[in-house]
Amino acid sequence: MSVEISGAEITVRCLQEEGVNCIFGYPGGAVLFLYDELFKQDKVRHILVRHEQAAVHAADGYARSSDKVGVALVTSGPGLTNAVTGIATAYMDSIPLVIISGQVPTEAIGLDAFQEVDTVGITRPCVKHNFLVKDVTELAETIKKAFFIASTGRPGPVLVDIPKDITQHKTKFAYPSKVAMRSYNPVVKGHVRQIKRAADLMLSAKRPVIYAGGGVILSDASAQLTKLTQLLNYPCTNTLMGLGGYPATDRQSLGLLGMHGTYEANMAMQYCDVLIAIGARFDDRVIGNPKHFSNENRKIIHIDIDPSSISKRVKVDIPIVGDVQDVLSELIKVLQTNDEKLDQAALKDWWKQIDLWRARDCLKYDRESKIIKPQMVIEQLYNITKGNAFVTSDVGQHQMWAAQFYKFDKPRRWINSGGLGTMGFGLPAAMGVQLANPKGKVACITGEASIQMCIQELSTCKQYNLPLKIINLNNRYMGMVRQWQEFFHGNRYAESYMNALPDFVKLTESYGHVGMKIERPEDVEGALKEAFKLKDQLVFMDFITDQTENVFPMVPGGKGLSEMILV
Amino acid sequence: MENEAGALSRVAGLFSARGYNIESLSVAPTEDPTLSRMTLVTVGSDEVVEQVTKQLNKLIEVVKVVDLNDGCHIERELMLVKVRAIGQDREEIKRLVEIFRGSIIDVSDKSYTIELTGTSSKLDAFLETIEKSSVLETVRTGASGIGRGEWILKV
Repeated sequence: MSVEISGAEITVRCLQEEGVNCIFGYPGGAVLFLYDELFKQDKVRHILVRHEQAAVHAADGYARSSDKVGVALVTSGPGLTNAVTGIATAYMDSIPLVIISGQVPTEAIGLDAFQEVDTVGITRPCVKHNFLVKDVTELAETIKKAFFIASTGRPGPVLVDIPKDITQHKTKFAYPSKVAMRSYNPVVKGHVRQIKRAADLMLSAKRPVIYAGGGVILSDASAQLTKLTQLLNYPCTNTLMGLGGYPATDRQSLGLLGMHGTYEANMAMQYCDVLIAIGARFDDRVIGNPKHFSNENRKIIHIDIDPSSISKRVKVDIPIVGDVQDVLSELIKVLQTNDEKLDQAALKDWWKQIDLWRARDCLKYDRESKIIKPQMVIEQLYNITKGNAFVTSDVGQHQMWAAQFYKFDKPRRWINSGGLGTMGFGLPAAMGVQLANPKGKVACITGEASIQMCIQELSTCKQYNLPLKIINLNNRYMGMVRQWQEFFHGNRYAESYMNALPDFVKLTESYGHVGMKIERPEDVEGALKEAFKLKDQLVFMDFITDQTENVFPMVPGGKGLSEMILV
Repeated sequence: MENEAGALSRVAGLFSARGYNIESLSVAPTEDPTLSRMTLVTVGSDEVVEQVTKQLNKLIEVVKVVDLNDGCHIERELMLVKVRAIGQDREEIKRLVEIFRGSIIDVSDKSYTIELTGTSSKLDAFLETIEKSSVLETVRTGASGIGRGEWILKV
């Protein structure tokens, strides 16, 4: 322990101590010493992306699909500003990341040095916390804190900004085994009395709904959610972030809710008498107009690890602050001894009502179409992968169709930018997913607009042999923008048409991958089968889809959940 | 909160990002040099104040948040006012300062500088009493607050 080592070596040793075996990054002047240390070891694998935004998205996909902290390494200045979109994406979806950024040397800070930006200032509103390391003796503890903060409580990205001179300075290295912070002590256990009150209210429910969000995935509570839902025979709907938290193929699943949620899920949300919100935050895309939502008289139980999510948009009756998994386990214990109190007759009527809503068949589409329907592609993908693929998406119509039509039965299989809605997320996120799950089938569902926002990563995929299957639903429009323009802007398609598209097959081939163009519905299944047979190769499938197809149901902005536009 | 560089900007950033009002803000290190204490005056409905409290608590460097309106508390603000003081006004201003229990801490042949401590409304009242045209300059610290009696905010 008496040997002094450099800050750069300390950083790499910290990553090793944290069990990090894969990081995503891009070198530059301020991080050269760090890269030098990475070069000298083989425990931490570095994946070289082609743009820093992709480094953070890839680390994010890695984290979402594996329950580990994702790590990205970027240089100062533009390296960091490029990473900001990725950081904000992770922040909105509460994904645990540690971002290490290089900074100009300490003595140059504030002097408008080459590639200097105020990293801590720029990232402050989109990180859970950030640090500027001022002394090499604080470096190891700071990195320990970063991992601790990122992965505990409500997770989120934490940034550590390291000036170049700090990576050269030397000190003795000892990685702290634990970290205690007087100002940060996240709650885990829910309040016992609140849990009892919640159980009593649940047992008295005549029209209950469980509304489960991304918190269920983040706290690995799918087993508990499934047990609770099935114990009570309650219907369960999942948010976009919560898909896979409850098995979508189960009878009690109402599927997705919200702006493009199913008719049955939204109607049940609106007209239930007891709503059990679990790891969800009542956001605008989920409940629509909060006034309209609050018009119905229902009692709300809200379980969440973040007190600030509770009663933020909708006032709740029984708040329970705690880790979702922990609270659900306790809740199940209390309910199991009392489940004879359930109002079975009322529940039967409630299910009868829900089945009537279901019979509306809100996700129907023209299966006889001569043009490829995007929904059909996703259904075929689901069938061919037997529902077992990891699916990432970009943002727009294809994202909603993927959420509606791919039935996720397991958590951490559906990876998308729910909160920030970041186009360009899908491909780099899929790289992270594939690296975290080398044997998994990974599909990226995208559109011709989104994919071009990070298409350079096809090069990264080649370098590391990542056999992703890219499903490009190509309708020659920014589909969701076009849909809103059709509905709300008098069919004036301002700048939403994608002119001068590349030949995606040739483009893919130039990166050394396999490209396919599919134009007829009868070729969809065969193409997908062929693509998944090419186990070691990335296949880019360019599906030429119906330009006029819209996502239904739809709750227009400002409208209530039950005011859906249906097919 | 932790007495660390950047902690203040996290609080200020939170207020601007979420659209909360800051009426005043006063901050300085405490007897424990690793801690700073901030008194922040904000206006909002109960729901907004609840959110403000929760959001402040979420900041990693914030150690403890107390809403002083939850109990009896004392608030004080310091104001320095430079006023034009010529001829007969000099006596009149001196009397006013006495009534408000302030003190004149700097004198020139044309001006007084007055130090005044009290609740923010007392300072407002003083400014309303004194003739507006004679006020040359004011500087106020914003309120500092503390609970009454045994109500102690300590980490």
